[in-house]
Amino acid sequence: MPNIAMSSTVKQQELVLKGIPASPGIAIGPQFLYRKRTPQIREKSISAAEGDQEIARLQQSLSRSQKELRKILDFAKSKLGESQARIFEAQLMILEDTVLFDAIYKRIRNERKNVEFVVENEIGKYHRMMVDSNDEYTRERAHDVEDVKNRILRNLQEERLISRLDGSYVIVSHNLAAADALILSRNDVLGYATEVGGVTSHTTLLARALRIPMVVGLREITSQITPGDLLIVDGYSGIVIINPNDEMVEEYGRRREKYHQFERQLEGLRDLPAETLDGRRIHLGANIELEEELDTLHLQGGDGIGLYRSETLLFGKEVFPSEDEQFEQYKRLVDAVYPKPVIIRTFDIGGDKMMVQTIKENNPFLGWRGIRVMLAKEDLFLDQLRAILRVSSRKTVSVMFPMISNIKEVREAKTMLEVAKRQLREHNIPFDDEIKVGVMVEVPAAAVIADDLAREVNFMSIGTNDLIQYLLAVDRTNDIVADLYQEFHPAVVRFLRRIIERGKRQNVWVGMCGEMAGDPLATVLLVGLGLDEFSVVPTVLPEIKKIIRSVRYEEAKKLAQEVLEMQTEDEIKGYLKSYMREKFPDIPIE
Amino acid sequence: MIEHEVTIKNRAGLHTRPAASLVKLAAKFKSDFFINKDGFEINGKSIIGVMTLAAEQGSKLMLRFSGEDEADAAKAILDLFDRGFDEQ
Repeated sequence: MPNIAMSSTVKQQELVLKGIPASPGIAIGPQFLYRKRTPQIREKSISAAEGDQEIARLQQSLSRSQKELRKILDFAKSKLGESQARIFEAQLMILEDTVLFDAIYKRIRNERKNVEFVVENEIGKYHRMMVDSNDEYTRERAHDVEDVKNRILRNLQEERLISRLDGSYVIVSHNLAAADALILSRNDVLGYATEVGGVTSHTTLLARALRIPMVVGLREITSQITPGDLLIVDGYSGIVIINPNDEMVEEYGRRREKYHQFERQLEGLRDLPAETLDGRRIHLGANIELEEELDTLHLQGGDGIGLYRSETLLFGKEVFPSEDEQFEQYKRLVDAVYPKPVIIRTFDIGGDKMMVQTIKENNPFLGWRGIRVMLAKEDLFLDQLRAILRVSSRKTVSVMFPMISNIKEVREAKTMLEVAKRQLREHNIPFDDEIKVGVMVEVPAAAVIADDLAREVNFMSIGTNDLIQYLLAVDRTNDIVADLYQEFHPAVVRFLRRIIERGKRQNVWVGMCGEMAGDPLATVLLVGLGLDEFSVVPTVLPEIKKIIRSVRYEEAKKLAQEVLEMQTEDEIKGYLKSYMREKFPDIPIE
Repeated sequence: MIEHEVTIKNRAGLHTRPAASLVKLAAKFKSDFFINKDGFEINGKSIIGVMTLAAEQGSKLMLRFSGEDEADAAKAILDLFDRGFDEQ
């Protein structure tokens, strides 16, 4: 045996990566690299006698694939709900497509080729046609066809899908499809760390539902780990540490224990109001994108929905949903939280969000988006407004317009709302004639004219993500300048004060539905600035409630006054951090 | 043989759910059932075939039925198209 270095004694390099937190919690454990291999297919000629064997192999593979998919489907239904599980149902139907498989059997016999080649070739034909389609929906479905094909091929080669892991692991992957995550979740998965994937993907929702910590957007993590590496996944901050030193492991172990205790504590807060010690009641709502999140909302005890992003209805669709389709969806939402209120924001499309009609713009963030699109598409706008009005008759629904930059847009949108009301009246359809109307304040111009806007509406909600981006002229997705995106830039804080004050002067309430509303570091400051409503992602709701319930409004106002005097973000953040550490040592802040 | 042209009525077009209902209904009949769109023809009893059609709202399809129960098959399937697949 050659004399090899004792690699096991060499201390592996510690590496800290920063990704996007997708599911809260802390995981510490060995990594498991999950790679989905694309099967390698070789064309082989076979004898006539071998044809029957090949067909028998295919049938075996099909029944195994069916079994796998049925399990996935059941699991998906229970964890994600019927509608999200439908993608797996379509895959199952392909496995039962007799026309397709009769053609494959025939080709195996006539062309005398091996089954792998024929399956790859025949299903591949359909796949390519779908990929080349002009229709976006069909192109999306091409993934399903490819997934089924690969499943059949994998089962033909009798490669076992890794569905049983011995021991507990942190799963590392380039991308994790919902099906993969579902299968892996049957094991003792400690956490997920992926290179791509968004915080609203099916996989992420699943991780949250199963309470498995997850961090996404960790570029190149798969090439930076080696077998046997220990990993820490911090689903609160988005930090992943490869080969942490012993102290680090101990520190995160302590934090994990602390968070567990903290979570148990928070459960007790569910039915208590978000109210300061000196009795200022804050409205604490949730931002909802998908129906599945409603479950979490119930568990967390929020004051209804502060922002429903209606454009999520458009995902994966090639046409706008009809008035009736929208009505059904909004009704489910409104019923689910009744008698708590729901704010439905009209379609915010364009910018970085999906656009039904693809128009190339040099600068989409400064382009055709939000209310600008809807005012130009009167029929679609009226469809949506009627659908919203129709769910408003019990007076728990408000409507909100995104991307307002001048007073004319608000007036036009309100005129459209009146048109929609008149149309419903003509058909004797009931609705709330006094439905509350609000605007998003996310363009600096809207903040400057906040008093005028406030005279036109019943409420304003500050969208911090875009507001900060526009105010500081920083594209937060651009790595080179991302550092300049500062939530606590003095200009941001002073701007917020201005909006809130102007709103109050006109007696309209001012809320916030941007990410900042869910940042525990900002909570006391925002309370002190006089914010009436917070709308946050359901998962952080209990923490924010706890902070609100632990401060005095008078004290928060004083803190806000001090912060307003400060000149740099570092100063503000440092101040808030030391305040939080002293007052809330158990709340995780970055 | 029966041939008949139809126009897709439902807004979302022939997406997964309508495609599934169509294929399931077609399977109940003995007759062959083919769908032709813009000169491209697929077997209407094959889900993977129907999925490749990319038939959006308003697109025109030529349906062809042939076999012993072609009249019944045509009636049932045309009715399904007419109802917009019981969707919106």
